[in-house]
Amino acid sequence: MRQAFADTMADLLDTDPRTALVLADISADAFEPARREHPDRVLNVGIREQLMIGVAGGLALTGLRPVAHSYATFVIDRAYEQIKLDLVHQGVGAVLVSVGASYDGSAMGYTHMSPMDVPLIDTLPGWTVRVPGHPGEVGPLLRAAAATDDPVYLRLSTQVNDIAYAEADLLRPVRHGGGPLVVAVGPMLAPVLAATAGLDVTVAYTHTVRPFDVIGLRALAATGEVVLVEPYLAGTSAHVVGQALADRPHRLLSLGVGRRDLHAYGTPADHARWHGLDPASLRTAITTWR
Amino acid sequence: MAVIEVEPLLKRLTGDEKHAPSAFSTLDVIWVLYDRVLRIDPERLDDPDRDRFLLSKGHGPAAYYAVLAAKGFLPHEWLDDLAGPDSPLGHHPDRLRVPGVEISSGSLGHGLGLGIGTALGLRAQGRLAPRVYVLLGDAELDEGSNHEAIAYAGTTGLDAVTAIVIDNDSATLGWPGGIAARFEVHGWSAVTVPGRDHDAVHAGLRAARPGRPHVVVARVEKKGS
Repeated sequence: MRQAFADTMADLLDTDPRTALVLADISADAFEPARREHPDRVLNVGIREQLMIGVAGGLALTGLRPVAHSYATFVIDRAYEQIKLDLVHQGVGAVLVSVGASYDGSAMGYTHMSPMDVPLIDTLPGWTVRVPGHPGEVGPLLRAAAATDDPVYLRLSTQVNDIAYAEADLLRPVRHGGGPLVVAVGPMLAPVLAATAGLDVTVAYTHTVRPFDVIGLRALAATGEVVLVEPYLAGTSAHVVGQALADRPHRLLSLGVGRRDLHAYGTPADHARWHGLDPASLRTAITTWR
Repeated sequence: MAVIEVEPLLKRLTGDEKHAPSAFSTLDVIWVLYDRVLRIDPERLDDPDRDRFLLSKGHGPAAYYAVLAAKGFLPHEWLDDLAGPDSPLGHHPDRLRVPGVEISSGSLGHGLGLGIGTALGLRAQGRLAPRVYVLLGDAELDEGSNHEAIAYAGTTGLDAVTAIVIDNDSATLGWPGGIAARFEVHGWSAVTVPGRDHDAVHAGLRAARPGRPHVVVARVEKKGS
């Protein structure tokens, strides 16, 4: 996904003079050719994430379309007040593109993990949040974001699905069944499909959680039972689902990354297992819940 | 050195005769900027080639509002309802509600980064005429975000930016060696001037030279004195 971002971003810088990229050293090498080509629109501010967002806000105030990029924990967690004030409160947008989703950086420890990035952005009004599940989804989502002035968060991961569904802004059914609706967000689709093999459930996929497809949710949640599987903090979209189904009896199981700092390294697969997001754990959670 | 045109407007904001203009640390600098320096026109607020004035120190913007009213950016009547439920004017300014206000501010340490981004955005679009002026307070320099901005602008020689620091000695721990030195070590040109002396402030602002960002440290009486 990171390479797809780099390729698409370089092309956007070549073809759309409104676009600008702001970096804080992360991925700077990948964009060095683009920086040499467009020194005024590829800006590496050094390891200064507060400034990175402030600069993005200033660029947007002059009519450019800034893209700011770093690890999720640095571009979102660390710079949260800059996002709130230098973008939202000024009435301007930017595209924030992260890598290192949740426990992708597990070998580096909790300093490089950010399972709380999406809930943090979700505290702010008006953001579009894209969580692609495949490198093939990244380019189209970045191009769509660059064409607007809206605030957009694009969350890239090293966890990927087998198939790209570029057109999954809305809930896209990928398996039809009679039981609960299982919503798989971004890279959670592959483990969800493995976990629900042979179960009588509907599985729907989306890479876009804000705005959340509440119309699709109401149409697909025939039994009123919803299992929400998100690759960041468990329950992040629970309030949206609860509101969408407020007028009818429903049950919700929210699965995702737990809140506890495990103080453990290991691989992303280890963390998936510890947080109950591997196929076997997901299957147990879904079957025992019913 | 009173600003005759602004004094009655300030009193409308405060409703308090005791608040002589000298209570407002920023008044003289903002007046000099709007009266002698900034190339902006209330009739063309969205002119892309206008100079930009960013009030980073969004606290106590009475002097800012009074000058904006005196220069025709906003109706004088607005001054009579500061922070009322229907008032566009609050204790911190809102760019989406007040004509001519370039940034919404109040939380300290945001204006210089936004100003640098603004200068970079103008340069990327080939607009080399506008200057970006950012007004900060000396205590505001405690914020680490300003250190990020000072280091970046100095190292990259971002000469479209002029910072003005109102030094009323309000930083809790102070600045050993003085404020100007903190900018100069990062490659800024710096002058320190008496902040109530209009000619000195004007000369300080005009001392900017190509190749470096510029800072004017405007010394005024200590806060509360």
